[in-house]
Amino acid sequence: MSSSSGSLARYIAVRLLLVIPMIWVLLTIVFFLLRVAPGDPVSAAVGGKLSEEALDTRRAALGLDRPLIVQYLDYLGDVVRLDFGATISDNRPVLDIIRDQGGATLTLTIGAFLFALLIGLPLGRLAGRRRDTALDAGIRVFGVVSYAAPIFWVGIMLVILVVKLFPGWPTYDIASVTTKFTTEPRTHILLVDTILAGDGAAVQDVLKHHVLPCFALGLLLSGVIIRLVRVNVIQAMQGDYVEAARARGIPERQVVRRHAFRNALVPVITVIGLQVALTLSGAILTERTFNWPGLGTELVQYVTARDYVAVQGLVTFFALVVVIVSLLVDVLNALVDPRVRY
Amino acid sequence: MRHWFNTIWNTRGLARWILVAGLVIVVAFVVLALLAPWVAPYEFNQSKVDGEKLPKLAHPSGDYWLGTNDQFYDIWSRVIWGARTALEVIFLSVAFSIVLGVPLGLVSGFVGGWVDRALVFVMDSLYALPSLLLAIVFSFLLRGPLGGGIVAAALSLTCIYIPQYFRVVRNTTVSTKEAVYVEAARAIGAPPRTIMRKYLFGNVVQSVPVIGTLNAADALSTLAALGFLGFGIQPTEASEWGYDLSRALDDAQAGTWWPALFPGLAIILLITGLTLVGEGLNETLNPALRRRRLIPVQMPAMRADDAIDARNV
Amino acid sequence: MKSDDVVISARDLRVWYGTAGLPVRAVDGVSFEIRSGEILGLVGESGCGKSTLGRGLLGLLPDGAARDGELFFRERDMLRLKRREQHALRGRELGLIFQEPLTRLNPLMRISEHFSETLKTHHRGIGKDEIESRSLEALRVMGIPPTRFRAYPHEFSGGMRQRLMIALTLVLRPAFVVADEPTTALDVLVEAQIIRMLHDLRDTYETSLLLITHNLGIIAEACDRVAVMYAGRIVEIGDAHTVFRAPQHPYTRELLRSTISLSTTGLNYIEGAPPDLSDPPPGCRFHPRCPDAMQVCERRAPVPRVQPSGSRTECWAADHANGLVTLTEDERIPLAKEVIALADEA
Repeated sequence: MSSSSGSLARYIAVRLLLVIPMIWVLLTIVFFLLRVAPGDPVSAAVGGKLSEEALDTRRAALGLDRPLIVQYLDYLGDVVRLDFGATISDNRPVLDIIRDQGGATLTLTIGAFLFALLIGLPLGRLAGRRRDTALDAGIRVFGVVSYAAPIFWVGIMLVILVVKLFPGWPTYDIASVTTKFTTEPRTHILLVDTILAGDGAAVQDVLKHHVLPCFALGLLLSGVIIRLVRVNVIQAMQGDYVEAARARGIPERQVVRRHAFRNALVPVITVIGLQVALTLSGAILTERTFNWPGLGTELVQYVTARDYVAVQGLVTFFALVVVIVSLLVDVLNALVDPRVRY
Repeated sequence: MRHWFNTIWNTRGLARWILVAGLVIVVAFVVLALLAPWVAPYEFNQSKVDGEKLPKLAHPSGDYWLGTNDQFYDIWSRVIWGARTALEVIFLSVAFSIVLGVPLGLVSGFVGGWVDRALVFVMDSLYALPSLLLAIVFSFLLRGPLGGGIVAAALSLTCIYIPQYFRVVRNTTVSTKEAVYVEAARAIGAPPRTIMRKYLFGNVVQSVPVIGTLNAADALSTLAALGFLGFGIQPTEASEWGYDLSRALDDAQAGTWWPALFPGLAIILLITGLTLVGEGLNETLNPALRRRRLIPVQMPAMRADDAIDARNV
Repeated sequence: MKSDDVVISARDLRVWYGTAGLPVRAVDGVSFEIRSGEILGLVGESGCGKSTLGRGLLGLLPDGAARDGELFFRERDMLRLKRREQHALRGRELGLIFQEPLTRLNPLMRISEHFSETLKTHHRGIGKDEIESRSLEALRVMGIPPTRFRAYPHEFSGGMRQRLMIALTLVLRPAFVVADEPTTALDVLVEAQIIRMLHDLRDTYETSLLLITHNLGIIAEACDRVAVMYAGRIVEIGDAHTVFRAPQHPYTRELLRSTISLSTTGLNYIEGAPPDLSDPPPGCRFHPRCPDAMQVCERRAPVPRVQPSGSRTECWAADHANGLVTLTEDERIPLAKEVIALADEA
């Protein structure tokens, strides 16, 4: 249909407009949550280290002496300009933190998703096809346990196994010290930077460091994917069009692949998109487990330092990521499913 | 209540096994937690006996069943005391979120209008955020006024789960509100309070036990995560599995396995137990999820007088 | 015995469903034949086993269902075919048109993809051009413009989708098609169109058709012969005109009387509901609702007999009236009607 590209654009536009109030509510929640915090953020972060006047200057510099509503509007204005402020404790722009550390979190989560899909899709499909068999039961138990097991514990166990079985395989950090210091930061995504530098050994080093954390986080996500794919395959296998395809004599394998599985994937895409939140939670824990220099590690450090500007900035950023990824998932969904483009 | 009990008691097949297995695990932990002072050989923060330190990182042995950790603590004792902490926090946080979330959902769904819409929007936004992030923010906020105790931890978890109860209760309320019998009650002039209490509440609470147990499982993993990141219960207040795991991190890099293995197994076991109870309840209380079991068809031979001439007309 | 032009021949065919309790005897010993180019109508109330019979002929049954008896498609023994062979027959030789067309097309595939998938499955190495020409021809026969060939299913109305489904079934020129209430979900005007199309197809493609419906008007309009099904049995089968003009079985008679037409002055209905097929009544299965029921009907099941009119019927009353059996005085005592209330409850 000639109109389908036009309606797709319109769909995206409408979806985009709906995102704006959502972002506004999230920002408001983040702002007021952190503002009702009793006590004074500046003295909480750097109290004791500076004199009373110095603290006052800091407060004035942050605009904390102004009325709350002015600060709120100011905050909204800053976020619109993608300015998340500068940290109290070490006066570092939050945007710089995101730029420098975001890449590590990005490659970690993407790698984890790849692992999760690699494990989850075939296992979920198999369990759905062989419903109520021992195989199905086994896969389901795996799904439940991989979801129940705390990701950091799985990570620690993996570390112990690797340390014992493959001594020398990297078990923490994103790269060896040499790689980190010799790679020129162009995109601030270490993996991309090493590739751009054309340094094969460095690329290999970074990839090796990714395996363990990505696998640990991927295992957590694969539990969700298995469950989802299984249920959706079972449902799709009962679909009327599956029976109709069988009635036309389409071979069973093709019925499963083209009719059942493809349709099962539509809701799976949506729900996997909703797992961004889970992925970010998991990423924070994975980063701590593997000493990964990402945004989660930064957040933990600034929470410990009680640096509320940094926490506010990073939480705002995480919220934006969640909203934007769910928007992207909706668009992807519209691309896959022709029915959505009304 | 009695009706539920009967349904659960009379369930057969897989749902019953899931439920029983889950209950056995959970009850075992509850017993362990209640008897902690008698079962655990040492206090949760006891590193010395008669002024003499326990060994550091001792292998599991007859003296220290699960070994000792880097803080000279006996891991078996830490696991038992940790069960007590975990169950206390879980109980408190589930209780808090039911007490806050259920009435909020009821009122919002019943009153409707802009109040409802605003609440739904706020709750949905909260729900969209990573739950751990929210828990971190709340523990960040609550640490100042409440300290790092069990109540503060329970409250940080509560804030994550309120949106879930709110959602379910509000949606059930809205759909029940339109149900015929509620219309009828309204038609005979029952005041809103009576309708809410007698008709809606009874209907709405049905879904609470299932969400309650599933949230309890989730709450435990979030509690452990907070502890692991160092934002949970202060180590001076109580023994907590997540904190123990964070202490085990460096030992793991050296290949020492026991400080990490046992607290983690305790977490997994209790989460699995709670999940099984939740799933079991879900399958028992929602019979629609059950799949019919088919008895294979045995066809007897046709009787002689049924046999007919296939000759057509 | 099986003459060349017999396409489908069933003898004592049974299709039972496994349940958690007693098996459901949805089809319980039916025998009939369908010849080449013939349209056999299958009527009966909901839940009497019509759809099960239709699907059973193609072997498209849910898990836990079992078939027994004899079923031949041309020379092939369908109940002894391997799963694979049976699968290969489906579509190419045996087609099925479903009751609800709305959900039968894969929402993610274009109409063109449905056609090419179907054609490629059954004709290995078929070329692109041939796929297109054959598909467009099938669509043309069903009155769908070629411009819609690349559209998605959701862009069509219900009536259009049923025509698509029919085109998709007929593009393979199957020898035998089961049409399972193809028009129930559609409005009346579309219904008439579709029935006319199905009727015309027989002339174009020599396709045999089992037309399942509960609309007797459709049978009168489109079918050569008609089979009346009740509680898993074919209680009457014969030439459509004969059966309609002189129904032999009380069930057929009552069914015809309940039909609403312009000349209808009062509403007739058959009291009660069809029996539970996991535990059908003893003797004749219709006896609890039958106005002509006698003592014998409760005790012994009637045997199919060809009546003088030419129809084959399972009914003691018809057998007796036509002098095919002699019943004792006792056996002829009318049955007291006390079960109606019970049946109503069910």
